[in-house]
Formats: sequence, structure tokens, C-alpha cells
Amino acid sequence: MKITDIIHFVMQALSGYRTRTFLLLLAMAIGVASVVLLTSLGEGARLYVTQQFSSLGTNLLIVLPGKNETTGGAPPMMGAVPRDITLDDARALQRNSYVRRLAPLIVGSAPVSWQSYEREVTILGSTADLYGVRQLSLSQGQFLPPLEMDRAAPVCVLGYTLADELFRSHRVLGEWVRVNQYRCRVIGVLGDEGMSLGTDMGDVLIMPVASAQALFNAQSLFRILIEVTQAEAMERTQKFVIATLRERHDGEEDVTVISQDALLATFDRILGALTYTLGGIAAISLLVAGIMIMNVMLVAVAQRTSEIGLLKALGAARHQILMLFLAESALLSLLGAMIGLALGFLGNWVLQQYFPDFPFTAPVWALWAAIIMALMSGLIFGLMPAKRAANLNPVVALNG
Amino acid sequence: MIELKNASRTFHVGDALVHGLDDVTLHIAAGEYISIMGPSGSGKSTLLNIIGILDALDSGEYILDGKHVNSLNESHQAQLRRDKIGFVFQSFHLLPRLTAAENIALPLTLAGVDKKDREQRVAEVVAALDLTDRAHHRPDQLSGGQRQRVAIARAVVTRPRVLLADEPTGNLDFASGMEVMKVLEDLNKQGITLLMVTHDANLGARAQRTIRMLDGKVLA
Repeated sequence: MKITDIIHFVMQALSGYRTRTFLLLLAMAIGVASVVLLTSLGEGARLYVTQQFSSLGTNLLIVLPGKNETTGGAPPMMGAVPRDITLDDARALQRNSYVRRLAPLIVGSAPVSWQSYEREVTILGSTADLYGVRQLSLSQGQFLPPLEMDRAAPVCVLGYTLADELFRSHRVLGEWVRVNQYRCRVIGVLGDEGMSLGTDMGDVLIMPVASAQALFNAQSLFRILIEVTQAEAMERTQKFVIATLRERHDGEEDVTVISQDALLATFDRILGALTYTLGGIAAISLLVAGIMIMNVMLVAVAQRTSEIGLLKALGAARHQILMLFLAESALLSLLGAMIGLALGFLGNWVLQQYFPDFPFTAPVWALWAAIIMALMSGLIFGLMPAKRAANLNPVVALNG
Repeated sequence: MIELKNASRTFHVGDALVHGLDDVTLHIAAGEYISIMGPSGSGKSTLLNIIGILDALDSGEYILDGKHVNSLNESHQAQLRRDKIGFVFQSFHLLPRLTAAENIALPLTLAGVDKKDREQRVAEVVAALDLTDRAHHRPDQLSGGQRQRVAIARAVVTRPRVLLADEPTGNLDFASGMEVMKVLEDLNKQGITLLMVTHDANLGARAQRTIRMLDGKVLA
């Protein structure tokens, strides 16, 4: 029997039992659609986090004070409080030729006011290099001027939301704002940066690092952000940072250096596993759909006993009957899978309208896996009914 | 053409053993027209099923057109059935979702014949059995006589050597029955071997030879 004839015969059989066919297609479609939607969700989360990290800048090393590790032996004689990272440390690191840009960072919180408006915001103290390291953008004016790290200046750059809330439609540039007891002149406004790793970059005030030190009366830095010239130099630079700071801190390794890539890789792994897990959960519904196919095909074999007997009388061999019934479950699964894909994509599109920032994209492997799983479950669960049909005694079947 | 030697077939019905065929020896020549008669349960249908290779012997031998049927495997038996034998049933056994032409083409489809050849051969039998204007109707749009003519067309579309008819007029009124008998007898005149199971003595008498059965045995 030719493959086109098999498909034609099966399609006629499927359209002959419309309700049954519709319900089976629906079951399979729901299974496949849920695989598409759930893996899209997982993949979307992964892409979203990856994007967030990438927006930090590339080839980024983050130096923070303190060392997280477990050590054995007797407690140290001296107090084990980690030494602060200072501007001198930052300057020492700047000497390396692999360091393209370096931004020391102080983070604090203070009320910012202009005329009668006041708002509590995050204060970032840094240098002109922060602009490049964090890949920021400006909507007005300019960023911090390239000053020596230890030189304070009464200038500041406002986040987009902060500028909008404080000044409304009033001109921003050149205005003086009050930060606690200090005053600074607004020289720039950031672009609409949105959220970046938990910090709302719209609601910040950025000032020179020395000014921030004076404001918070603190010498220690919160972080040092280092942009390395090329990806290949990351490891070497990381070693250089640790060695330099150890030397400067009396031989004690009391800083942690995180590379953005390592962080990204970890999140990528975790969220990738999440996608697989969600896909796996959704695949269970494909299994259920497969069992439904088996159930209904068994009923179909019982209903169509005399048809099977007739086909045998007309010269169909056992393997042909097997093939016809297997083709029927396979075709049901495939058609169901196609409808499911369409429904899944439609669902993704609808979700995308509601959450435009979140990338709903089903990974290609999940699409293939859903189709192949659907087909396999149709074939495997269709095998028993098909065998039962093929093994029917034609004499009994004809009279059945 | 058809040869049965000491053919036996028994069935278990509850605890009892029923002889469908009991040591039957039979020879049927090509082109014969034979009626098979006997009371219910005498083994008529079993004999037809064995000859049609729908059922297998417990003991004895069956030779069809020189081939020892018992020694063939399932798929060769299916092929032999497809090539040499046509069935006509009392209840027509047409697939309700297919048109008359599609029903007729079914054995050719199963045999893997090309669509073009298939259409040509279907057109030939449809014309020969005077079904041209009914070819695209479904079974529920046909009369009983027309349905049986479609079933006969399906049985002969593969040009078999043997036509097995089990009470072919059993579900038809007298006029339709006569019409169907004429079609079958015309086919026999063209050379096909015709075996017909019937209860009707008048119909049985039309055959060249009558095989009478009782309790699984062929009466002399």
C-alpha cells in the first residue's frame, strides 16, 4: 500500500469520526502548547537575566571587600575584619595595561531636594569612567567630568525619574540641588535606563566619588568596577587585581573578584535547568495525551472490528492493518502537535502584549522535542491497539 | 483449481467440540459454478472461509491453483487471497464513509496499484456492472441491489480466479436478488469459478453442481 494511500485512507477514517478526532487533537494540542508556553517562560527568564547582566557592560570585573571562604585552624590573633578598599587601591589597579576603564563606586542613600520638592534616592559616587563601564546613556547635558579620583566637585547627574519628579517641566540643567547639607549643580540627566539588577537607575543621583566620600563621611569603597580590554585578558587581570591588593593589604587576601561572565554563566545554568524542568512538567501532559490516544484507539478497534475483517478479506496482511492503525495515531499526534504549536505561539504573542519587556521565545529544541514527543507518544501508545487490530481473527471480525 | 484433502477444522464452543469440517475431500475445477447447501451449522461457511484463506485447517491439505496454502506464511496467504479470491457477503460490508468507487478500489489500494491504473480498472467494472451513475454515491444513498452490485464489483476488480459468495441475495428482495444472481452467473460465464452458499433450494439448483453438507461432512 502506498504512503499517500495510507494517509488518504486514515484521513477518511479520521473525518468519519469527527468528535473523537476533535477531542484527541485537542488533548495533543494542549500538551504541545503547554510545552511551548512553559519553555518560553523559562527561556524568557534566562534571556531576561542575561540581558540584565549584559547591560552591565562586557568584560567586567567587580572587586568587593571581604573574602567568602571557609578556613580551618586556630582563629587569627588579630581581628579578622576585612580591610576596606580605598581610592588608593583603585589607583594602584588602574596602572595595569589590560584595564581599559576603572570606576570606583560608593553607594548610599540620602534625601535630594530642589525648591520645595524632596525625594529619598540612591546616591552613587564614582568617576567619569562609570559612564562607559556601565554603558549608560544621557538624555540631557553631560556625565561627570574626568577629574582626579580624590577631587571633589559640586556637580551631579540625575536619573531620569528623579529629574522628572523633582523638576517636572522645569529646566533641569544648571540648577542646584541639595543633598543632605551639600549642594551640587545638575550637569546631566541619564537616559531611561530602567531597572538594572535591582537598582532603579532612574532614581539615582551620581556625583564624583570624592564628593560622595565627604557626603557620607566614609573612605571605603563599595565596589570597584573594572572593564578589561579583551576577554582573553580577564583571568590574567583578575589575578593581577588579587595580587596587587594582597600586596597592599599586608599579604592578606581579603577581597573578592567576580567576573561578570562567571556570574552570567551561573545564572545561565540555573535558568537553563529551570527551562528543562518546566519543559519536563509540560511533557507529562503529552504522555497523558498519548494514553488518551491509546484508550480511544482501543475503542476504535472494537468499533471497527468488521472493517478490519473486511480489509483482511480483501487481502490486507497483518502488517498492513498494523500500519494503518499506527498511521492513524501518528497522524492524530502530528496534527495535534501542529495545532498545539500554533496555539503555543498564539499564547506567546498574547503574553508578549501584556509583558513587552519579557522575551517570550520558545527555544528551538523545545519545539522539536514537543513534536517528537507527541509523535512518539502517539506511536508507542498506538502500538497496542494497532497490534490488537492486526491480530484479529478475520472470520470473527467479519461477523463482529 | 481448488483441492481439499482430508480437511478438518474443529471449534471449541464452551466445553463441546464442534466439527466445522470433518475429513472433507473435495475437488473443484476452474470455471465451475457450485452451490453449497445445508442446514445452519452444517459447515457451509467454514468451508467458504477455508477456501477463502480467512481460516486455517487443523489437519488435511488445501491446494489453491497449485499452491499448498497451509505451508505459506501469513503475508503470502494475504497476497494469495488478494490475487485469486473475491468475496461477496450477505451484508455487503461496504465502508460507509467511502463512495461506491472508493469501496470498489479498496483491494487495489491495498495491493499498491497506481492511482491511474486503479481508476481505469474501477471504471471498467463500474461500467460492466451498470453502476456508472452511482459511482460517486455513498452506500447509504444506494438501494440494496446496488450495494450488492458494488460489493461484487469490489470482489472482481482484482480479476480473481475464484468468487466466493455467502448468501449474496439473503438481504435482498426477490427482484434485486435475481438481478444480483444474473451478474454472478454472467461472471461465471466469463470464466470465474463461482462458489455460492445458499439456503434457497431454487437458487442452489441454478448451479452446475451442488455440494450438500451436514455436521461438517460433504454428503455424496
